[in-house]
Amino acid sequence: MSDEDEIILSELDDEELVQQMFDDLYDGLKEEIEEGVNILLERGWEPYRVLTEALVGGMTIVGADFRDGILFVPEVLLAANAMKGGMAILKPLLAETGAPRVGKMVIGTVKGDIHDIGKNLVSMMMEGAGFEVVDLGINNPVENYLEALEAEQPDILGMSALLTTTMPYMKVVIDTLVEQGKRDDYIVLVGGAPLNEEFGKAIGADAYCRDAAVAVETAKDFVGRKHNQMRA
Amino acid sequence: MADPAETDPDALTDTGLAPSGQGAVLVIACGALAREILAITRTAGWTHVDLACLPAILHNHPEKIAERVRTAVLRARETYKAVFVAYADCGTGGALKKVCDELGVEMISGPHCYSFFEGNAAFSAHEDEITAFYLTDFLARQFDAFVWKPLGLDRHPELIEMYFGNYTKLVYQSQIDDPALLARAQSCADRLGLDFEHRRTGFGELESSLRNWVTSPR
Repeated sequence: MSDEDEIILSELDDEELVQQMFDDLYDGLKEEIEEGVNILLERGWEPYRVLTEALVGGMTIVGADFRDGILFVPEVLLAANAMKGGMAILKPLLAETGAPRVGKMVIGTVKGDIHDIGKNLVSMMMEGAGFEVVDLGINNPVENYLEALEAEQPDILGMSALLTTTMPYMKVVIDTLVEQGKRDDYIVLVGGAPLNEEFGKAIGADAYCRDAAVAVETAKDFVGRKHNQMRA
Repeated sequence: MADPAETDPDALTDTGLAPSGQGAVLVIACGALAREILAITRTAGWTHVDLACLPAILHNHPEKIAERVRTAVLRARETYKAVFVAYADCGTGGALKKVCDELGVEMISGPHCYSFFEGNAAFSAHEDEITAFYLTDFLARQFDAFVWKPLGLDRHPELIEMYFGNYTKLVYQSQIDDPALLARAQSCADRLGLDFEHRRTGFGELESSLRNWVTSPR
């Protein structure tokens, strides 16, 4: 790109800047995203507005193009990495400014499985949607989930697996919750490449989520219903 | 039957291998096993055994394997007296076993080739080895086509940490002794930033499964 074509982010008006951030997120340009976030904050935008309008808005486009087969995993990871850069700036500010909290989720990859790309995407998009996320990382035995559920009292338990050999472990966790009479205390969402809706139903999860965007929508829907039930 | 050394790994990855020969028995295999099966059948002198392969790259979409195998078996039955399936579960989550049971054809026991090459019992003895990334001879040859390019690492090597950050070692299971392949596997480990371990497995339960199918009276 020549100097003439170079876009100076700080010279764009708010609307143009957000559009440009969508493009930069799509192209996985972390430094540009961090710069855009800082410019919007300097212009007096609330951190929550930057998060939802610029970052989540951009990642929603990325997610849709991934689902439609236009983008592939490497591009999504680059976009996620760029969003992560923006989130790192916003996260401490969100806590200070009392951003709305939609709900709380404990999430982790199951025992025997070290794959966390999908889980990390879900965690990030859930945070972007206003959920507080407690991420247990990888290779979690049932005890880890139980301890975290007890300590954190979340609305949602999320479990992830990439391998056909490890995904049955989700049932071990759910069965343990049933045995202890705690299953109905949580919304249980599951995801991972080899899973499907049928598997989710068979193991007693509330829903199978095929990607991060679906996980966010499903989580919002279930939490909304839960709160309505509590009001009724 | 084709010479094992003349098989084209790129073709086996992307298009597979059409059956050739006039044998009465057909083995339908994953393209990743072609060279090994040809070596076994040639050494054993099983001239009545033909080989057909589905593209090895199906492993990147394991949900497609079972139905592709079904189609191949049904087609093969028009020509061959006996058909066998040289796949293990291979990430199908039991779907391939279901299809093979429905069709009444035998397949290889175990979760995947890493397991049956080493021997299913031996492999399951270290099932806590969850931070290992495995390569076979085929995968060492096809590392770029199977791993590096599909993951976008040719364009974005900075993604290595996101993909492989939780892995600690690369285990190379060699089927034959080939110093060039060994060096290649070692370089794959280096590129991924992983420790390297070499296990010479030979053909393992691939060979015993084939022998059982081909030599047992039916």
